[in-house]
Amino acid sequence: MSEPIDRGGSSHPLIELALARLREFGREPEAVFWTFIFPMLMSVTMALAFPGSGGKPAVVGIEPGAHAAAIRDTLAHAPGVTVRDIPAGDEPRALREGEVHLLIVPTEPPVYRFDPARDESRVARLLVDNALKKAAGRSDPWSAREEPVQIAGSRYVDWLIPGIVGLTIMGTSMWGIGFSIVQSRMRKLLKRLVASPMRKSEYLLAQVGGRMVLLAPEVAVPLLFGVFVLGMPIRGSLVALSVVCLVGALAFGSLGLLLASRARTFEAISGLMNFAMVPMWILSGVFFSSSNFPDAMQPAIQALPLTALNNALRSIVLEGSPLQSVGRELAVLGTWGIGGFALALRIFRWR
Amino acid sequence: MVGVRCTNLVKRYGDVVAVDGLSLSVPRGECFGLLGPNGAGKTTTIEILEGLLEPDAGDVEILGLTWKGHERELRQRLGVQLQETQLADKLTVEETLRLFRSFYHRGRTIDELLRIVELETKRRSWVGKLSGGQKQRLAVACALAGDPDLLFMDEPTTGLDPQSRRQLWELLARFRQQGGTILLTTHYMDEAETLCDRVAIVDHGKVIAEGAPRELISSLGAPRVVTHQGTLEDVFVALTGRHLREE
Repeated sequence: MSEPIDRGGSSHPLIELALARLREFGREPEAVFWTFIFPMLMSVTMALAFPGSGGKPAVVGIEPGAHAAAIRDTLAHAPGVTVRDIPAGDEPRALREGEVHLLIVPTEPPVYRFDPARDESRVARLLVDNALKKAAGRSDPWSAREEPVQIAGSRYVDWLIPGIVGLTIMGTSMWGIGFSIVQSRMRKLLKRLVASPMRKSEYLLAQVGGRMVLLAPEVAVPLLFGVFVLGMPIRGSLVALSVVCLVGALAFGSLGLLLASRARTFEAISGLMNFAMVPMWILSGVFFSSSNFPDAMQPAIQALPLTALNNALRSIVLEGSPLQSVGRELAVLGTWGIGGFALALRIFRWR
Repeated sequence: MVGVRCTNLVKRYGDVVAVDGLSLSVPRGECFGLLGPNGAGKTTTIEILEGLLEPDAGDVEILGLTWKGHERELRQRLGVQLQETQLADKLTVEETLRLFRSFYHRGRTIDELLRIVELETKRRSWVGKLSGGQKQRLAVACALAGDPDLLFMDEPTTGLDPQSRRQLWELLARFRQQGGTILLTTHYMDEAETLCDRVAIVDHGKVIAEGAPRELISSLGAPRVVTHQGTLEDVFVALTGRHLREE
């Protein structure tokens, strides 16, 4: 057909399809609320749990006993130690629930009860031991001069925020695309669309493309919160950061398409989404580093799209790496994106 | 000129034979009705003709073309209304039409479409806020967006009030007057008698009678009850001993 195409005032189908998707999203107040508020709530909660300045005090419990009062008085003046009286018999519970990090049985000499596997318990033991021995007359050969510094970018929250950005990109891309497709399938709208001359690939591209528009504000919320409220530095370039976010959203958008390609009910798609995402919440270094897992698991963990996205985000935000140094991560994300899209297009159920 | 032709269509779902050797021939410019009770195989047949279902056996020819190799061209020339489609609730009438119009390389403008289906005043209303009749007229407008040569309608007036039905009938009659071809399914006798040049009565996936509504009725001979005019319902009862819609 050499005739010019007359769309009667409509735009290209890709644009109309993406616009339709965005309009539907924008007219769903709950969807908007959760997309933007959830990452913010998560950041606030984390900021509360891990304050930026000063360590948390070591909480030390004292059982009743002959020397309890003396020990309590001594520790009351020790820096970084909070003392709590623990009634006899309550000690296992207090230790188990983390109410106290260390328990002192006030005998002569005292007994320390603590779990050496817990960092905060080992810190509490050092602080208590030091304070009690000093009070008992130990003299130190010398005291080092301490210079407390706080390096922005090296705190836990700084490490955490890029992980939350990654998590947000994964969650909103996959849920946003998966649910709307299943809904259209349930309403037989997909079937109606394929009865028209619409190209199937354009429909799928528009679903992923429509998400790109929402990406900027979705990513900006946790990032701006991190920068302005928590004082996280962004050391890399914003262009590199944008590219990584974009490639990440494409990868997860394609995965969303793939998971939604055959599901007929909300129950089915919810199950599939959780099946795909929950392991990544744990394995991909959102809340704690994925290097905690055994070496044997590392190749698999590094191949996960969220691991690649989080590593690339941290590398750019915290280390100021240029784009070329996250090439491997971008390649992992690109593979998931292209592979997921191609497979989704093949197996997609339009009825 | 062929509008729709199919020969010996068969479609099975497991042990159930939904369409059982069905053949039809509809010339261009005709309004043809597939009439039958629920479960007769009407929807399966029309979806095979629309190229949405693959038949297990049989041939289909639409506007002189087969689906194989001509799908893109055929889709540009067909209008389709499906039985159970719910258009997106949170798009406006205009946005919905704009979306469907964007798929066609030629066709009517949005304003024309709104005028044809008498939804000009609802242009900016959300689809979810429309009445049943308005939604159905919007579905027809989507089907008309590419100015089709052939319109497929699957039970276009099921569930509508009498006034909405009449409005839709007028709309389809106008499409016919302008030379369009229509293939519709229905289980309403009056709809078939009003709209269709010819009907095929379908039962258990087979055509059990075919012809102009008046011919079929007169073929029954003298009406058994003098006051009774004779309808397609009588034809169906005479052929099967059952009613079209079991009350």
